[in-house]
Amino acid sequence: MGLTRTSLAHELGSASPPSHGQEYLIALMGNPNVGKSTVFNALTGMHQHTGNWSGKTVGTAFGEFQKDGRTYGIADLPGTYSLFTHSAEEEVARDFLLKSAPHLTVVVCDACCLERNLNLVLQIMEITPRVLVCVNLLDEAKKRRIKPDLPLLENRLGVPVIGISARQKKDIRRLTDAIADAIERDGGNIYKTVYPDILENTLLSITKELPDLPAHTARNAALRLLDGTGDTEESSLPSAALKAAQDFRQQFSPSEVSDMIAESLVHAAESIIENVVQTEHLKAAKEEKLDKILTGRVSAYPIMLLLLLAVFWITIEGANYPSSWLSSLFTSLEAPLYRTFLRLGFPVFLTEMLVFGMYRVLSWVVAVMLPPMAIFFPMFTLLEDVGYLPRIAYNLDRCFHKCSTCGKQALTMCMGFGCNAAGVVGCRIIDSPRERLIAILTNSFVPCNGRFPLLIAMTSMFFISADSPAGSLGGAAFLACIIVFSVAVTLAISSFLSKTFLRGIPSSFTLELPPYRRPVILSVLVRSILDRTVFVLARAAAVAAPAGLVIWILANAEIGGSTVFVHLTGLLDPLGRLMGMDGVILLAFILGFPANETVIPIMMMGYLSAGTLTEYGSLTELHTLLTANGWTPITAVCVILFSLMHWPCSTTMITVYKESRSLKWSALAFLLPTVIGMLACMLVNGISSFFL
Amino acid sequence: MLPSNTISCPTVPMCTLKIGEVGTVRKIALTGSLRRRLQDIGVIPGTKIRCVGISPLGDPKAYRIRGAVIALRGDDCREILVER
Repeated sequence: MGLTRTSLAHELGSASPPSHGQEYLIALMGNPNVGKSTVFNALTGMHQHTGNWSGKTVGTAFGEFQKDGRTYGIADLPGTYSLFTHSAEEEVARDFLLKSAPHLTVVVCDACCLERNLNLVLQIMEITPRVLVCVNLLDEAKKRRIKPDLPLLENRLGVPVIGISARQKKDIRRLTDAIADAIERDGGNIYKTVYPDILENTLLSITKELPDLPAHTARNAALRLLDGTGDTEESSLPSAALKAAQDFRQQFSPSEVSDMIAESLVHAAESIIENVVQTEHLKAAKEEKLDKILTGRVSAYPIMLLLLLAVFWITIEGANYPSSWLSSLFTSLEAPLYRTFLRLGFPVFLTEMLVFGMYRVLSWVVAVMLPPMAIFFPMFTLLEDVGYLPRIAYNLDRCFHKCSTCGKQALTMCMGFGCNAAGVVGCRIIDSPRERLIAILTNSFVPCNGRFPLLIAMTSMFFISADSPAGSLGGAAFLACIIVFSVAVTLAISSFLSKTFLRGIPSSFTLELPPYRRPVILSVLVRSILDRTVFVLARAAAVAAPAGLVIWILANAEIGGSTVFVHLTGLLDPLGRLMGMDGVILLAFILGFPANETVIPIMMMGYLSAGTLTEYGSLTELHTLLTANGWTPITAVCVILFSLMHWPCSTTMITVYKESRSLKWSALAFLLPTVIGMLACMLVNGISSFFL
Repeated sequence: MLPSNTISCPTVPMCTLKIGEVGTVRKIALTGSLRRRLQDIGVIPGTKIRCVGISPLGDPKAYRIRGAVIALRGDDCREILVER
């Protein structure tokens, strides 16, 4: 999902949409995974993250488009299978339909999966007759030689039906035409799902008592009264209606009623779809073959590991040149910036603070963070769009199940590799609140892009050098081992949490393995890179710049003969040494709280007693500096361990608080990795000083 | 109440279906949100289900249900009885 402007701006179930002179309000609904977001993007031109597995869009996004001088507002509601279970997405969708009363509800369906999609269509049609069925992914259906008879479907449903491939511009134009027409259309004869006689009779006796309501609304109100999912205050209904409902409820429990309704909907969909779709899924055989490889007993894990290796290697190698280029660019601007401030009349200390403090940290963060993120996330998104990610969850679910959590945590974990804050937001795909919390709390145990430079530097300097025969591939392999270790730790901690702070039974798990789809590569890349760039720059401005100021002040303000920085390192040194590190390293981690990328530069600053962040020319230089300050391979091990297991960065902490809305869990999110990291370092240090 | 079919053929838990085997759902003993979720994707008495895959670690298994492929855990499938 990622941290896009949309996901950050619109919380789950946020207030009513901005109206801004919109004449019509359209609700966009559909099963997960039908390309709803592609339709939304195409209609509104907004940048929104999409993906090819269930549970992607979780907030409500709003947008608009113009046609014939009119403004149509669209609400992209979370994908749901039904309106009557109790997950957050379903409630958001249902509430929107009932309370915001859109002029039209466009239900997006997957042409390859029409029968199941009809379930939601029929449920929506019970609430509102103003529906347009948009059968999407016709191009994919064509590949599978599935040709739905849309006119027949329209005939049977009684609402307009249009078939499109959301990727085609001309189809989007046809869709806007269809929307404009559908809004003007009069009610007409729409399909009514018929329930078993006993239920229908009771519905009749209830609706008879509600003559003031339009027939449609009355029937829906009656249904909800009987199955217990309605929100209507019972006292507002006439007593005769209530009596009929109560009589019925004597005979049948809510779950029996729920069964009746669910089964009738399935049968209705079955009968409607008959002859609308002829061919059975022909491509299914090919896909099942592909799945045999990607999820097979022998091949699944090696493929996943290889893919992990490949993604990391591409990210690291690919980011090298852009990073150093950006770095030199920003450095070259430093001197001119300095002169400009002085010329503007700024006092020297302020100029130094701004340029050597704020600007330097800001440029470091952007130079280090932007290229890897701009590579990792687009790759991740491509994997999502192709449909591989649910297979990862499928392959790993058993491990997570054993830890009493959900297989979807595998996916939030993968996102955490890019950015922990993004991983935390992604935890919204997990239904159970308990399991969602576990995923949130353990997300920072996997290293994000910001920590890779440190891990790589440590690896190259103390373990496998990039110049050695093993080379960069060896380095990537070592990094992969570190990653696997962090995954193991995540599982262990998840298990621990399930047994202590977040006890509970594992929730049930249904995961759809969607058909593989060819991603629209260019648009995915462009959209993803833009999203990432905006995020990194915003974060740099909000977090890195102030941090830079603070660091500069600490390193330059003097108290009693030495800088505050030096005082702090002295204070922290005993604890640092206990953990196999020293005061400088520990302080660097602490000051790296706003942004993990600054840890190494701050360390260097400390060792060189410089007043500002210092870059290292080469890893050999850095190695020399570190060993001169007492570093051994054990120190490097402890640093790696602590980098994997320490407090989340400030952006992640803020996100954790926003997602959990609880100080208690946020505190745990802070303390858990910290305490474990400290213990691990002390353990390693203790063991090594015992034996070595 | 909906008429229930009295079948003389034996029913087995869905999780015992091997890859390629087809079963017709006869009884769903699950309750709560999972029951409803399954109903929403079309798993009701009479639905034909085909097992199409097993996860590398043995669980969950993948089933083709009304055209879609859904992964379900053994613990949950145990409660769904099918007729081979």
